[in-house]
Amino acid sequence: MRNFAALTRMRIQIAFRNKMFFFFVIFMPFTFFFLWLGLLAKGIPTRCAFYLGPVVAFNVMGSFWGLSATLVLFREQGILRRFHVAPVTASDLLASSVVANYVLTLPIVALELFFARVIFHVPSLGNVFSLFVLVSIGIISFGSLGLVVASVTNTMQETQVLNQLLWLPLIFLSGATFPLAYMPRSVQRFGLFLPATYLVNGVQQAILNGATPWSRYVEILSLALWACLTFFLSAQLFRWEPEAKVPRRAKLLVAATAIPFLLLGLAENMSDRVLIEAKTALERFDSAPPKPPSIGMPIKPGGLSEPHR
Amino acid sequence: MANPILQVENLVKRYGEVEAVRGVSFSVEEGEVFGLLGPNGAGKTTTVEILEGLRTLDSGQVSVCGLDPQRDPDALKQEIGAALQATALPDKMRVMEAIRLFASFYKRQRDPQELLKRFGLDEKKNSFYSQLSGGQKQRLALAMALVNDPQVCFLDEPTAGLDPQVRREIYDVIEELRRDKKTVLLTTHYIEEAERLCDRVAIIDHGKVIVLGTPRELKARSGGTTRIEVRLSKPASAGILKSLEGVVDAREVDGAYALHSQRPPQTIVSLVKQLEAQDNELVSLEIASPSLEDVFIEFTGRRLRD
Repeated sequence: MRNFAALTRMRIQIAFRNKMFFFFVIFMPFTFFFLWLGLLAKGIPTRCAFYLGPVVAFNVMGSFWGLSATLVLFREQGILRRFHVAPVTASDLLASSVVANYVLTLPIVALELFFARVIFHVPSLGNVFSLFVLVSIGIISFGSLGLVVASVTNTMQETQVLNQLLWLPLIFLSGATFPLAYMPRSVQRFGLFLPATYLVNGVQQAILNGATPWSRYVEILSLALWACLTFFLSAQLFRWEPEAKVPRRAKLLVAATAIPFLLLGLAENMSDRVLIEAKTALERFDSAPPKPPSIGMPIKPGGLSEPHR
Repeated sequence: MANPILQVENLVKRYGEVEAVRGVSFSVEEGEVFGLLGPNGAGKTTTVEILEGLRTLDSGQVSVCGLDPQRDPDALKQEIGAALQATALPDKMRVMEAIRLFASFYKRQRDPQELLKRFGLDEKKNSFYSQLSGGQKQRLALAMALVNDPQVCFLDEPTAGLDPQVRREIYDVIEELRRDKKTVLLTTHYIEEAERLCDRVAIIDHGKVIVLGTPRELKARSGGTTRIEVRLSKPASAGILKSLEGVVDAREVDGAYALHSQRPPQTIVSLVKQLEAQDNELVSLEIASPSLEDVFIEFTGRRLRD
């Protein structure tokens, strides 16, 4: 436990000295935030509220990039083997990665929510507690996904390729970038097999409809179970040595992490609950009348008291 | 041996088809600086990493501080310190932070400040790891190997790739460890290092210990003779060279001839006469007092290249 705390502190300290960290954890999410809310939602508060969920989920999902890249870099440079010869366990290192990432990402999400209220006058953040729970579980589960990526790739190149392969479907087929309800039916059906879809929907429902955590138990439990599974797996497949290769059984085990969302996807495809929720949200919040044309991003004092709809 | 703190018996390690370590045995007493000397790929690092608990063995037995590295890795790691080969720290970690972080992993800790001072890193304590020179990185690695005041210290090629000046700085540090009666297992492919630093040396080649003893003993085994190394314009037979005055052994090594002589001046005179008679010429001649290199050549017929 003491090792875990010391390692977490170290990871946070080092992150702040890293230019890449500022780019990926601060610059990129905020660029996306302002592009989507300012341009796509045209700064209209209710439309901003609609896109806020996907934007937050997008930021949360990005966690797996940094975690996989750092771990592979540490392994390739022989940094992990130095820790291995000290009394440090794989779980210490992995848990410290996940927690440091959580501590660094959560404030960014909080800032996004704050800006959404202050700059874009989003009428309400809905159920903030639900939001907190979903964002927390999201950061942890997607962070753990990054650790799995690091475990099943041998070089940084392989890691980046796999990250891309995961990232594109996760952001484009889940509603994180463009609303699921805009997509062809077949894509919507496929989206129900992706963890990202549940994160996007859960966060969006918490913001737009003030959904309580217990009403979002499917999203919360599935992501939590997935976080446990991916973390456990990453510890099982952890390699200290740069020359140690991915064991054969790895592919089988990785396939096993897809099981929760495979089953959930089947069930949700039968009920269509998520798709109906996404469609209703789009109809209610994305079709608000346009604001006066001259102002793209209305910044007004006292904007918080702006009427809701 | 009264008190072996480190014991290796018939150690075997395979990587697929390749047998990297083929039945290595030795033991190290408390307070001893023990060297594994051999060329790259001889199996030194593999042996050390098995003792550190970083690799598993295929057969044989090892014990470090009375512990089995495979069964008791956690207890073992508390007792050992290591400067690994091919290792690094995060670029943006400061020297002081690294020492403090690693110290925090151990039950027994030395004062980080004092360690930095001792290793000449006091001025660099706020520098990032990436800003250190090769020698400074290596000194930091040695300081980190001592943060837990270990019973046994493993130094794997501590001076590889460093220039001679920096290498000597590292020697001073290791000599200090010896004065402190630390047990050190050192691997190296530098003859000078093994001769200068080690109480005892095991020369290792192709995964086997060829010969083991104090540097003095080993050198005595090469006959206490002076080595005269000559290059000739035409090949000569080893038989004729052996018959020269004072020569006890002659053999061809990498295109040159190494003559081991008990009376060097007489040997040289008779060599020159012999060459004249055979219409051969002397291209170069070097005289060296006996070193561990001779021991290596004697046992393997090859040179231990830097």
